Amino acid sequence: MVETTGDSGFAVRCHGVVKIYGDDDSRIMALRGVHLEVRTGELMMLVGPSGCGKTTLISVIAGILDHEQGSCLVFDRDLQAMAGCEKVRYRAKNIGFVFQSYNLLPALTAAENVAMPLIINGVKRKEAVERASEILSRVGMATRVRSLPLELSGGQQQRVAIARAIAHNPRLIVCDEPTSALDHETGHKVMEMLKSVAMDGNRALVIVTHDSRIFEFADRIARMDDGHIEKVVDSPAEL
Amino acid sequence: MYYTALKLLVGDRSKYMGIIMGLTFASFIMTQQPAIFVGLMARTFSFITDLGQPDIWAMDPKVQFIDDVKPVQDTQLYRVRGVEGVEWAVPLYKGLLKARLENGNFQTCNVIGLDDATLIGGPAIMLEGRLEDLRRSDSVIVDVEGANTKLARTLPSGERVPLKIGGSLELNDRRAVVVGIAKTSRTFQSQPVVYTTYSRAMSFAPRERKMLSFILVKAKDVYDPVRVARRIGQATGLAAYTRDEFKALTVRYFLKNTGIPINFGMAVLLGFIIGAAVAGQTFYNFTLDNLRQFGVLKAMGATNATLLRMILLQAMAAGSVGYGLGVGAASLFGYMVRTSVLAFKFPWQLLALSGSGVMLICVFAALISIRKVMKLEPAIVFKG
Repeated sequence: MVETTGDSGFAVRCHGVVKIYGDDDSRIMALRGVHLEVRTGELMMLVGPSGCGKTTLISVIAGILDHEQGSCLVFDRDLQAMAGCEKVRYRAKNIGFVFQSYNLLPALTAAENVAMPLIINGVKRKEAVERASEILSRVGMATRVRSLPLELSGGQQQRVAIARAIAHNPRLIVCDEPTSALDHETGHKVMEMLKSVAMDGNRALVIVTHDSRIFEFADRIARMDDGHIEKVVDSPAEL
Repeated sequence: MYYTALKLLVGDRSKYMGIIMGLTFASFIMTQQPAIFVGLMARTFSFITDLGQPDIWAMDPKVQFIDDVKPVQDTQLYRVRGVEGVEWAVPLYKGLLKARLENGNFQTCNVIGLDDATLIGGPAIMLEGRLEDLRRSDSVIVDVEGANTKLARTLPSGERVPLKIGGSLELNDRRAVVVGIAKTSRTFQSQPVVYTTYSRAMSFAPRERKMLSFILVKAKDVYDPVRVARRIGQATGLAAYTRDEFKALTVRYFLKNTGIPINFGMAVLLGFIIGAAVAGQTFYNFTLDNLRQFGVLKAMGATNATLLRMILLQAMAAGSVGYGLGVGAASLFGYMVRTSVLAFKFPWQLLALSGSGVMLICVFAALISIRKVMKLEPAIVFKG
């Protein structure tokens, strides 16, 4: 499934990334020249106050939002320079998503939800669902493969979302507030599980969070404020 | 992805039912109203349809439709018989005459006078009696609908006694005895139909210089009826039409000179617009509600082309179900009114037409939804 070039050791390299929302009258500069590097095999957390540009930055990194200035390389590939179809294909193969509100498709079972990235990548539905069921058992959801999202608790839904994010074995996973809708204990378990199943030497995780209780899981933490990276630290104590 | 599209469609039951209801309503209106219209139009030429034997109808050139009788001279019959390609030609009288019933009431009847020798043009289905019984003196055959309703006798108790074989009525002060009951197609004017022989019809009808309403012609097997009709026209100065041409002439008259097409057209148009609005709006809302889900798929790498196909499939699937239910309901309606006076005819062309209409609604609904999805920024997935 993995089809990436880049052996620089960096999963993400952003230099001077500027993102502006709105037109002349209502311009909002969400990113003001962001410099950030995420190494392969690293779990990077992006923290900072609301509206500082964290979500905009991971949207740019994930290739689902174009930026105005600067460059953002993902495994040494500039997604913005890619043609529309190529970018979509690249994203389908190499990037996994975990969302704050899970964003599971409510009409599909847990296994069918996890199978979606595989199906998008051309795997036959039956095979995709079988593989999805295996992945669900890795996240402790073997007994709930046929459950609909509404039949699952928040923690269970997030585990399904994590299974979906890793199903197609992407090299970069971006997570937006993965624990904010969960209680402390469940959030902790989800992070333990995320780190255990998602992290390996070839993959990088970028997690946006407000939740200081999960900072301990980060390899490095980048603190953002007002559209730029304020500092990058190795431990929560340094923040 | 198509499986996913269908699951997304039916997953939200209330929205799905809303879409289906809208499309079912549109399909029903688009089939039921035109079916009544087609049924009504078919009644205008049902008398021509019932007369299966002649290929050609010859008449005065000024005749505009089947009930617009402008008699020609009897001698025209012999001229037609002399035209090359004519196998046989027989006279037919058709006129509206007042019948005096046994209770003294008057009822206008459609009197048909058949060729005395051959009785060509008689009813195809005899429920009681025989067509040949028309050769008995003063005899007539009446249609069952007329016999049971407008020609029936009402007793002082209010009970209605149908006109039966042996019963009688007066046509132009001449006694007519019922010798048979026939089944005929309902006509546009819905007058009772009274069959008799041509010569007897001449005695029933008020005397005029010209009495021959139509000349029924059969073309020889090796001749093309259209060419024979043209030849009759050239040789006699009469208007001669094949059966289908005469039906078309009749329908054209009603379409042009009555408000029927406008009235039904409005109902169908209204049904189409309301159906399109309801289905389009519901489908659009359905897509809007699922925008985040489409955004998730887009973020995960689903292409616009894939999403386009998914939405089209959803629209077509909903359209097919709605169309099936609508047509089914219209068919059920037609079945339930089959014995009533309501005209209802459901040809395959109508199914194709309404099917196209429903598909048009679906494509329209899909297009306005697709535009929204195509422009969708996948970054929507990170918004709370």
